[in-house]
Amino acid sequence: MSGNPIISFENITKRFGKTTAVDNVSLTINEGEFFSLLGPSGCGKTTLLRMLAGFEMPTEGRILIDGKDVSTVPPNQRPVNMVFQSYAVFPHMTVLDNVAYGLKMDGVGAAERRERAEEALKLVQLAGYGVRKPDQLSGGQRQRVALARALVKKPRVLLLDEPLSALDAKLRDQMRSELTSLQQKVGITFIMVTHDQDEALAMATRCAVMNRGLLQQVATPSDLYEFPNSRFVADFIGSVNMFEGTLDVDAKDHAIINTQEMGPVYLDHGVTGPEKGTVWAAVRPEKIELHKRTDTPPKVDDAPEGYNVAAGVVKHMVYLGSETNYEIEIAGGRLIKVVRPNLTRWDQEDFELGEQVWISFHACSPAVLLS
Amino acid sequence: MEQSWRQAKSIFLTMISAPLFWLVFFFFLPLGIVWLYSFGENRGLIDIAFTGTWANYAHALDDPYPGIFWKSAWIAALTTFLCLVVGFPVALAITFAPEKAKSWLLLAVMLPFWTNLLIRTYALIAVLRTEGYVNMTYHWLFDMTNKVLGGSLGDFTPLALLHNNFAVVFGLVFVNLPFMILPLYSTLDRMDRSLLEASLDLGAGHIGTLFNVVVPLAGAGIMSGILITFIPALGSYLTPDLLGGPDSQMIANVIESQFKRANNWPFGAALSFILVYLTFIGIALQGIIERKDKGRAA
Repeated sequence: MSGNPIISFENITKRFGKTTAVDNVSLTINEGEFFSLLGPSGCGKTTLLRMLAGFEMPTEGRILIDGKDVSTVPPNQRPVNMVFQSYAVFPHMTVLDNVAYGLKMDGVGAAERRERAEEALKLVQLAGYGVRKPDQLSGGQRQRVALARALVKKPRVLLLDEPLSALDAKLRDQMRSELTSLQQKVGITFIMVTHDQDEALAMATRCAVMNRGLLQQVATPSDLYEFPNSRFVADFIGSVNMFEGTLDVDAKDHAIINTQEMGPVYLDHGVTGPEKGTVWAAVRPEKIELHKRTDTPPKVDDAPEGYNVAAGVVKHMVYLGSETNYEIEIAGGRLIKVVRPNLTRWDQEDFELGEQVWISFHACSPAVLLS
Repeated sequence: MEQSWRQAKSIFLTMISAPLFWLVFFFFLPLGIVWLYSFGENRGLIDIAFTGTWANYAHALDDPYPGIFWKSAWIAALTTFLCLVVGFPVALAITFAPEKAKSWLLLAVMLPFWTNLLIRTYALIAVLRTEGYVNMTYHWLFDMTNKVLGGSLGDFTPLALLHNNFAVVFGLVFVNLPFMILPLYSTLDRMDRSLLEASLDLGAGHIGTLFNVVVPLAGAGIMSGILITFIPALGSYLTPDLLGGPDSQMIANVIESQFKRANNWPFGAALSFILVYLTFIGIALQGIIERKDKGRAA
C-alpha cells in the first residue's frame, strides 16, 4: 500500500518569538500511510501539522506535497483537509451544509454537491442526519460530520488533530478501529497528531516521535516499542526498566554492559557503541521473568551463568485480570517493574507480597540506548 | 455561592433594598409622574390637571410630529447602519490584533467616554465648521491644485459640513461608534478560531469566510450592537441641537421645546412616551426574531 512519497518536510524550523517549536525536522510520508505524529504536549507535533495545513508558515525549510513546494501556499489552495480537535463544525449550518461547504467553495453545482455530501455522510454512518443542526448531535456524531466534511473534498492527505481526545473512553475505542477501517476504505493518506501512545501504536502504520521540537525516531509501532533509539522514546512508549552502565565488552556476537543496579548485563549481539562509554540497557516489564527463590540463581539460556539475574523482594502487586503487575525491589533499593501474564486461573497466586524472588531476562531482551 | 436567594432571603433583601429604593424613587416614580402628565391638561401657567384625556396623543398625530418621528427613526437607522459598516472591521481588527495591542486598542475605542459629550460635540464643530480643519485642509489642497492648473478652478467655496443633516449623522456615528464596536468585539473574540481555520481549510478565501462564517456567527453581537446604537440615536438631543440645521430637528428636540419654550408639559410627556413605546416595540421585535432563530436551531 505504502507507495510514493506524498509529503516531504525538508529541514523545517518554526520559531515563535524566541521559542523554537519545531527544530530542523526532515520527514517523508508516503502515499496510503496512516502516519502518526506522537509526542508529549508542547513537542511541536501540532505546529508541524498546522504548517502542513497552511495555518503556520515555516521559519526555515520547505514543505513539499506531491513534489511541489507549498510552503507559502494559503490553506484554501492546498490539497489537504483537516479534522480539528474541537471538530469546528459550523454551528449555524445544517449537517448537510457543513459537509457541502467545501464543495460550495470550490464552485461545485448544487445537485452534485448534495449528492456527494450525502455520500460522504453515508461513509461515516450518518446517512439521514443531513437536516439536523450540530447542536442536535453528540460529540461522536459531530466528529463524524467533521470527518465527512474533510473527506468529501477527496484530499490528497487528511490531517487529524488529536481526533479521539474529546471522546469518552468507550467511544474512543470504537472510533479507533473505525478510523483505521475508514482509512483503508478511502485509501487516503492520514496524518494524525496524538499525545496518546496507545492510540498511535494501535492505529498508525508508522509513527514519528517528537520531543521539544526535535524528531526523535520515525518507525513502525512495533519498532518503536522493541527498538527505541533513545531513552526518551523507550520511556515515552510503554513502560520500561532502564539501567545505566558502561559498555565493558563489545564483541562481534555479544556485549556486556556493567550496570550498578543490575550487575553485568549480557547481550547476544554486538553494540558498536562507545567503548567503555556510558550506555543504557532498557528492558520492558513483560520481558522480565519471576522465579521462586532457590539457593542457586536461575540460568538464562542465552547468557552465561550469573548474568541478567538478580535477587529481589516483591514490594507491590497489582492484579489486572489478564496480567499482574509486580514491583520487585533489588539490592540497592531499585524497584523493577515486571508484568506477568496470568496464563492459568491460578497464576496470580504464584507470588505473594514480601516474597523473596529471582528476576531474570534473556540476552536478546534489553534494548541498548546510546543517548 | 451556589445559594439561591430563597435560602438567604434576609441577606438578599438587605443587598437589594438600596438599589431598589433608588430605582423606585428616582426612576419609576418620576417616570410614572410624566406618564400621568401625558394624560393631563394645562390649567394656567404651572397647573396641570390629570383628566385622563387622550388629546395629547391625538395631537401627536398632527403635522409635523409624525414626520419628525419618521425622520428621527430614519436618522437613527442611518447612524446605526454606518456604525455597523465602520464598526465591524474595527471590531474584527481588534479581535485579531496581537494580545498586547488589544487592550490599548480597546482603550482607544473607549477613550471618548472620558470626555463629556458636550465637549466632544464642540470639538466636532471646530472640525466641521466653515473655517474648520476639514475646510482648511481642503482650501489648502484647492489652492495647490489651482496653482498647478493656472487658476482654472475659479474661486474657493468651502464645503457646507455643519448645521445640516450630514453633520447630525456624522456626529451621531462619532458618538455611538463605541456602542457598536464593543458588543461586536465581545462576540467576535469569543468565536472559536478553529471555525475560521476550518473554513479556510475547506477552500474558502478570507472574504468567503467573513460572509459565510464570521458574520452569521456574530449575529447576536450585531443584533445587540444595532439595538444599543439605535435606541440612544433615536432619542438624541444634543447632537442635532448643536450640529443640525433648521430642518434637522429630531423628536428629542421637539420634546424639549414642549417642556420649555412651549410650556406644554402634557404634550411633551405624550411625545416622550410615544418614543418609549416605539423603543419597547423595537426591543420586543428583536426578542421575537431571536426566539424564532433559536426555535429553528432547536
